[in-house]
Amino acid sequence: MNRPIRTLSVGCLILFVALMLNLTYVQFFKASWYNDRADNRRVTEEAYSQQRGDILVGKKAIATSKPSDDKYEWQRTYPGGKKYAPITGFMSYSYGQTGIERSQDSVLSGQDNKLFTNRLVDLVTNSEPAGGNVELTIDSKVQDAAYEGLTALGEDVQAATVAIEPKTGRILAMASTPTFNPDKLATHDFGSAKKSYDQLAKDDNEPLLNRSIQTALPPGSTFKLVTAAAAIENLGMDGDSKVYGGASLDLPGTDTDLPNLNGTSCGGEEITLTRALEVSCNTAFGSLGMELSDEEMQDQAEAFGFGQDYLDDIGPLAVSQYPDNDGKAEQARAAIGQQSVIATPLQMAMVSAGIANGGEVMKPYLVDRVTSSSLDVIDQGNPTTIDNQPAVSQDTAEILTQMMVSTVDNGTAEAAAIDGVSVAGKTGTAQSTKERAPYAWFTSFAPAENPSIAVAVMVQKSGTERSEIAGGRLGGPIAKAMMEAAIS
Amino acid sequence: MSGFTPASSMPVFVHRSRRGAELVLLILALAVGIGAYAAVGLGVQEKIPVDIVGYGTWLVALLVAAHIGVRLLAPYADPVLLPLVAMLNGFGLAVIHRLDLAAGASESDAFARQQLIWMTIGVVLFLITLFVVPDHRTLQRFTYTAGLGAVVMLILPMLPIIGKQINGARIWINLGPVSFQPGEVAKVLLVICFAGYLAVHRDALALAGRRFAGIDLPRGRDLGPLLMMWVISLAILVLQRDLGSSLLFYGLFVVTLYVATERKGWIVVGGLLFAGGVFAALSLFSHVRVRVFTWLDPFKYYPVGDDGVTSSGQLVEGLFGMSWGGMIGRGFGSGEPWRIPYANSDFIIPAIGEELGLTALLALLLCYGLIVERGLRTAIVARDDFGKLLSVGLATSVALQTFVVVGGVTGLIPLTGLTTPFLSYGGSSLVANWVIVALLLRVSDQSRRPLPTAPSDEDLAAEETQIVKLDKGAMTK
Repeated sequence: MNRPIRTLSVGCLILFVALMLNLTYVQFFKASWYNDRADNRRVTEEAYSQQRGDILVGKKAIATSKPSDDKYEWQRTYPGGKKYAPITGFMSYSYGQTGIERSQDSVLSGQDNKLFTNRLVDLVTNSEPAGGNVELTIDSKVQDAAYEGLTALGEDVQAATVAIEPKTGRILAMASTPTFNPDKLATHDFGSAKKSYDQLAKDDNEPLLNRSIQTALPPGSTFKLVTAAAAIENLGMDGDSKVYGGASLDLPGTDTDLPNLNGTSCGGEEITLTRALEVSCNTAFGSLGMELSDEEMQDQAEAFGFGQDYLDDIGPLAVSQYPDNDGKAEQARAAIGQQSVIATPLQMAMVSAGIANGGEVMKPYLVDRVTSSSLDVIDQGNPTTIDNQPAVSQDTAEILTQMMVSTVDNGTAEAAAIDGVSVAGKTGTAQSTKERAPYAWFTSFAPAENPSIAVAVMVQKSGTERSEIAGGRLGGPIAKAMMEAAIS
Repeated sequence: MSGFTPASSMPVFVHRSRRGAELVLLILALAVGIGAYAAVGLGVQEKIPVDIVGYGTWLVALLVAAHIGVRLLAPYADPVLLPLVAMLNGFGLAVIHRLDLAAGASESDAFARQQLIWMTIGVVLFLITLFVVPDHRTLQRFTYTAGLGAVVMLILPMLPIIGKQINGARIWINLGPVSFQPGEVAKVLLVICFAGYLAVHRDALALAGRRFAGIDLPRGRDLGPLLMMWVISLAILVLQRDLGSSLLFYGLFVVTLYVATERKGWIVVGGLLFAGGVFAALSLFSHVRVRVFTWLDPFKYYPVGDDGVTSSGQLVEGLFGMSWGGMIGRGFGSGEPWRIPYANSDFIIPAIGEELGLTALLALLLCYGLIVERGLRTAIVARDDFGKLLSVGLATSVALQTFVVVGGVTGLIPLTGLTTPFLSYGGSSLVANWVIVALLLRVSDQSRRPLPTAPSDEDLAAEETQIVKLDKGAMTK
């Protein structure tokens, strides 16, 4: 009987080897697959109960972890509060993470491969692993001005603003209202967190939305900057070139005309391109839109960033669009930022920033530096351009800058004028539907000769009377305050 | 008889008793058990448990008693088996203690405390077994009694009043304050019954029938016992919903049958019958289907499936725990084993994997492998057929049980409810496994013991006569 016993031994050996191989597979080769699953409570709870790194603006933490007495050991708190909530996002037990908390999670939690050596040191010294810190490009003075400006518009307002440094693409300010208190969602009192979240989620003003990057709306007259750029590049125009300036523009193939806002001419049948921008002449830019081909307009819009997802540091980004137009009438309406053209405040700030930077549109970024818990710099944001650069030639950029300065000095954008500084700007008022109030836009940069800041302000909904809404009146003072904060 | 070779034809190998080696290994096993207990205290409560002296003393006393018992009652027994099971049992106690702490169990209802009592009973039964069975061949007299006893044990949970259904399986009986799984006792009785029956009938069952694909298939008329065992296994599966035991008993019988007859054909026929039975069970019974579905796609049923009832939570939490532990584990106290339901019984392996990692699990599997190997080695050196088949059955029961439960909780095979031998919380299983070790040591002692006198041809002739008598069931030594 010994022969079958020996065979049986081999059989048992095979069984045990199979068990060992399977264990190795589960615990070694497939382990990260299991650990990456969102329904793995061990991983989510650990993330929730560890000391995450800080999110910093300058030297000040706008999100940090404080020791807590309960089983989670650490409580995430947000000293940045409502002002920075659209940037930090929140970190909650039941509703996950948003904003920088989400996009930089691997760094903040210490799991990022950039922090590998730190993890190793933590392991060897048996100290609790600590996450890395994220230092933002935000300038607190500009952010203050932005937030104060938006909140000054009053209650029940939906608005957002972004400021970027034209030379680098550093995002200097990013604010959105209404906003929320992230501490109320991060609390370990889950019942109260649920109440806060439910309330925010059913609020019609959508406080959880970061409108500066997540809301794309028709940019209205601010889009005329793109049309002007296309005209200068493709039709060989400059600021003194003559364009149509009549009271109304016949749209071929339709029964409707494209009128000016106040129903009068823009100062004659023939006006200069500069004049057209100063008074935001619809008929002038509508006719330019028909003169240019749809491809030329599309290429110009894409060179400024339309159709691109250029934002890595925070998300999700609503991608701005310049869709195909069917026929001249649609092209004319698209050329003045209507039809189905949509843009985020960030996108319009990038149009200004591209002009300010001599035609090169820089890729916007929000994370300046990543440091380890012992403050070694591990990663640094690098200025690069977005795709399809330059958007316009240096010469075109100079012409556009002059036209925009003139728009502030002599035209609709005067609200942004700063004493002793030359400011370039453009207003916008986009019609939405008959029932809705129009969207007010404003974009500008300063100082015109050596720009250090480009701004876009978008007011989606305000308490202001319909007839009173104009980009210059609502957005201009906010943009001005932000530019002043950056320049001083 | 093939199990006996005339000693004069080859040099006689005299086994040494090796009790000293056993003692050294036992000290190592104790170091693991008590060390693990201290590590649990340090890891979870950041201090050495206050009762470590009492606990350690008790463990030492138990194992010293077992060792002395072996010295006196089975001096030539295998020296590795006892330390291996002592290590597993001691380590299991520490892990159960850790899981008690995780569950926040109070002192009085702590599972570790109860398990220590069960271990004490196990060691006592281990000693009693060694004492009342001075020669394993006496057990062959009880072949049919053991078979009947096993059937009674299996029926007990089906009876009203004492029978009890826990977690869907009707395999428990109530004995006053304690519940007991008679299936564990039945396991030992069945091994004795199989070995006794096959030692006698092996020649008849070894007759070859049709030859197919190079394998001699058994004759149709000899299928009776196999069919009976098949029916019993399926009955367990269907009536008691106990997939694990069903698989274990049937596997035990087929393996013993194969070893007894040396015919691979039995494995083929047994395997085909089993596959057919499983297929029928799959199509007929939803509780079997559920096990297979949750095995094939666990995440479809996590936390619950579309029907809102079926859940693979236990399996998936176990897998999450093991992958969370990775190579070296989180360390005692740093894992979250409370997420795994029944971590202290069926799912103790994932709980260990989480906190001590792949390294510890491979070491534990190696220990089980060694137990099986020592058991099969005992079978090879055993001097009589019954002894060979008995040790084959006992070793195989450990191998199959380990494979079925560890394979189940790690997702290698569908999950079935069985305890991990010596590690899991569960009195019936622990006690039965201690008896299994006692029986293995008994056979091993008989096989390794030097023959009473230097064998002469005359003595040999006498011995042979004696063994012929044994086969007729009239052994009176």
